[in-house]
Amino acid sequence: MDYVIEMLNITKEFPGIIANEDVTLQLKKGEIHALLGENGAGKSTLMSILFGMYRPEKGMIKKNGQEVKIHDPNDANRLGIGMVHQHFKLVHNFTVLENIILGIETTRNGFLEMRKAREKVMELSRRYGLMVDPDAIVEDITVGMQQRTEILKMLYRENEILIFDEPTAVLTPQEIDELMKIMKGLAAEGKSIIFITHKLNEIKTAADRCTVLRKGKCIGTVAVGETSVEELSEMMVGRKVSLIVSKEEARPGQVIFRTDGLTVKNKDTGKHVVNNVSIDVRAGEIVCIAGIDGNGQSELVYALTGIFHPDSGTIESNGKDITRAPIRERNIKVMGHIPEDRHKYGLVLDFNLAYNLVLQSYFTPRFTRNGFLKYDEIYQYADELIEKYDIRGGQGARTLIRSMSGGNQQKAIVAREIDRGNGLLIAVQPTRGLDVGAIEYIHKKLISERDEGKGVLMVSLELDEVMNLSDRILVIYEGEIVASLNPKEITLQELGLYMSGSKRKLEEEEKT
Amino acid sequence: MNLSRLVRRESFASFISSFMSILVGLAVGFIILLISNPAQALDGFRAILIGGFVDMKNLGQVFYFATPIIMTGLSVGFAYKTGLFNIGASGQFIIGAFAAVYVGVKWTFLPGGAHWLTALAAAMAAGALWGLIPGMLKAFCNVNEVIACIMMNYIGMYFTNFMVTRTIFDSLKNESQRVARTAVLPKAGLDNIFKVGTSSSSVNIGIFIAIFAGIVMYIILNNTKFGFELKACGYNSNASKYAGINEKRNIILSMMIAGALAGLGGALLYLAGAGKGIEVVDVLAAEGFNGIPVALLGLNNPIGIIMSGIFIAYLNIGGFNMQLYDFVPQVIEIIIAVIIYFSAFALLLKDILSSVGKKYRGRKQQESKPGDTAPKGGQ
Repeated sequence: MDYVIEMLNITKEFPGIIANEDVTLQLKKGEIHALLGENGAGKSTLMSILFGMYRPEKGMIKKNGQEVKIHDPNDANRLGIGMVHQHFKLVHNFTVLENIILGIETTRNGFLEMRKAREKVMELSRRYGLMVDPDAIVEDITVGMQQRTEILKMLYRENEILIFDEPTAVLTPQEIDELMKIMKGLAAEGKSIIFITHKLNEIKTAADRCTVLRKGKCIGTVAVGETSVEELSEMMVGRKVSLIVSKEEARPGQVIFRTDGLTVKNKDTGKHVVNNVSIDVRAGEIVCIAGIDGNGQSELVYALTGIFHPDSGTIESNGKDITRAPIRERNIKVMGHIPEDRHKYGLVLDFNLAYNLVLQSYFTPRFTRNGFLKYDEIYQYADELIEKYDIRGGQGARTLIRSMSGGNQQKAIVAREIDRGNGLLIAVQPTRGLDVGAIEYIHKKLISERDEGKGVLMVSLELDEVMNLSDRILVIYEGEIVASLNPKEITLQELGLYMSGSKRKLEEEEKT
Repeated sequence: MNLSRLVRRESFASFISSFMSILVGLAVGFIILLISNPAQALDGFRAILIGGFVDMKNLGQVFYFATPIIMTGLSVGFAYKTGLFNIGASGQFIIGAFAAVYVGVKWTFLPGGAHWLTALAAAMAAGALWGLIPGMLKAFCNVNEVIACIMMNYIGMYFTNFMVTRTIFDSLKNESQRVARTAVLPKAGLDNIFKVGTSSSSVNIGIFIAIFAGIVMYIILNNTKFGFELKACGYNSNASKYAGINEKRNIILSMMIAGALAGLGGALLYLAGAGKGIEVVDVLAAEGFNGIPVALLGLNNPIGIIMSGIFIAYLNIGGFNMQLYDFVPQVIEIIIAVIIYFSAFALLLKDILSSVGKKYRGRKQQESKPGDTAPKGGQ
């Protein structure tokens, strides 16, 4: 069998760690080859080597059987290797077309010659069903469209080997389906694709073969069709993981948190981004708000957590009106909150772990006396949480949060928010961007919180997560709750219909 | 303790990077000396190097010149910790100076010690007010503090000029009148230490006040709840908001404190009793802007700022002495500016140092790894 690209026995060391050890990856022409591994398994390093950003200590790279040296991304480009990075490399105030031709502009007498470029882009866009508007400004278009712009960039450069670095992490379920279709189309046209991910179901849908990395070592390459999801996850994690967390029947108690007719208007357009939302959460249940990204979930959470006040409607906690209560009061008395973007909202990355663990409670008498911080108490408390929640960082409580893995950062937030001991936990996409092991951990924690009689309100875009965890599903569509569902009685497909707004079901709301 | 070791290592890297920046700055300064006046270059360079140490009076003058720029350096550094760039230290400085001199000239009913203390308090209040306005604009209207501060600099300068001519003007000298003797900062015996013969340095307790302010700032930032909040807002305002920290209040308070520090600097300079009055000229107070390199060179650390303030003052004194060797003042200014300029690369150098350190450590590890005989790839 001929391989278009072979990375043979690659070893790459960084001070203190071996990022890749004797890794071999062979890519066939026209296949979608998944590269699977947990965060920190060395996937990105391996791809960076292929893309010319790092040089390996050992091993060789072959293209079509010929050994090649790749010193920088330009070399990679010349060899027809293109990459869609996890964080897109686009100029935000340029148009799609300008971004695509950036760096290889065609000029005539020193002036940009856009017409040919435009024709080529349109042709590519049609051929691969990418549907981008070449004149849209990048900052105005959706994330999915930005990603397609990145794909077009590679196609425009006539790359034959396309690397996708965690392409689905930023996409909605619909966009993911779309992307899978595009990737298959590209493969059918003879492009070879390396698809980096840690999501198993995506590998099942899209990939032909899969190479699994664990802790920098190559565990093996398997044909996806002959391998079950369970086997893949075991290869990745090194032990059996339960993809579906077992849980007992919920025993909901009384309502501890409720909103009534909550409405949030967009300040610029006046559109109701959250429209007349009434939810109640009872002690001992997990209520999940499911919906496609951008249907008002973020704004709803902002209103619940006090980032801004709703335009109308009320929020009650245990019968007390907290609609206009300050954030701090809610933090201390009402809720724990795992925010959707942990780097932006959850953590101060330049603080150490201990500081982050007391970010909401540093001012309490336990940690502050006469305006001075009690360091001994803070570090003692941090050590307690580290022990209890198994948070791992190089220097314990003194580890800079920035240097910790995503999973451990999220564990820190979970520890902090649960440990404050409030009756309600609002978890927004709590497993976003985490690997299987960490997801399992977070899921178990949420369920154990529920079993201890707390109310959990979860917002999630991951349908599997919604189906597995929740005791009750509320579907949000264009800011409205359009359905209240029992996860045991519906299928994933049905849920998808509600989420896309083509079905409604609210009669049961009173009953359940 | 683990922490203290870590802190020490971190601050050691900071110190080394600042130190090396200074060396580079001095080297470049020397090259300029060579170009401008080869014959006297060595003597001139020596004058800069030993600047403050030629005699006790010069050493005193170092502290005297260091005082105001330490204060404005602290001002810039403090705001920076909250994520704000206080380029308005100049306006806060001059308005503080005016408040202090006004109290010093007019409020002669105050008894001895209370007089200069009141003048200092007035300066801090005026400086705080000058910081409050950009702070409020930033917090409530999201006006970039750099723009607001620059505007406040001009308002401060012209307002001071206007008020000086209206209230405490000495038309012969075109500057403010002398403050009353009770408003002059005490020397606390420093004039007896720092002198040559009968000629004493202008140094006074201002340097102690500046150092004290730096220590207070260090404690606030590192040990208090308030400092925790300020730093949290500076590092990540979104997460701070989520944590229930009142971000707007912290922005305003931070700017007020920064303003008060700069204002106090103005008071310490003009109450020194060195015969310096507020001149009515259309020039922004240089001390305010000098605070920026002082803060940068001190890596925004209060203790570092005290050191760098003294260092820059030391260069200035050396610069004065260079006039002995036929260097025109402009060249001296250029050399000092070049040294400061390169010194401000301290931060950059710190990054380079740490990455070089990592690489070196990495290589050592590889070399010491047994059995690693295979040729290295990618060469």
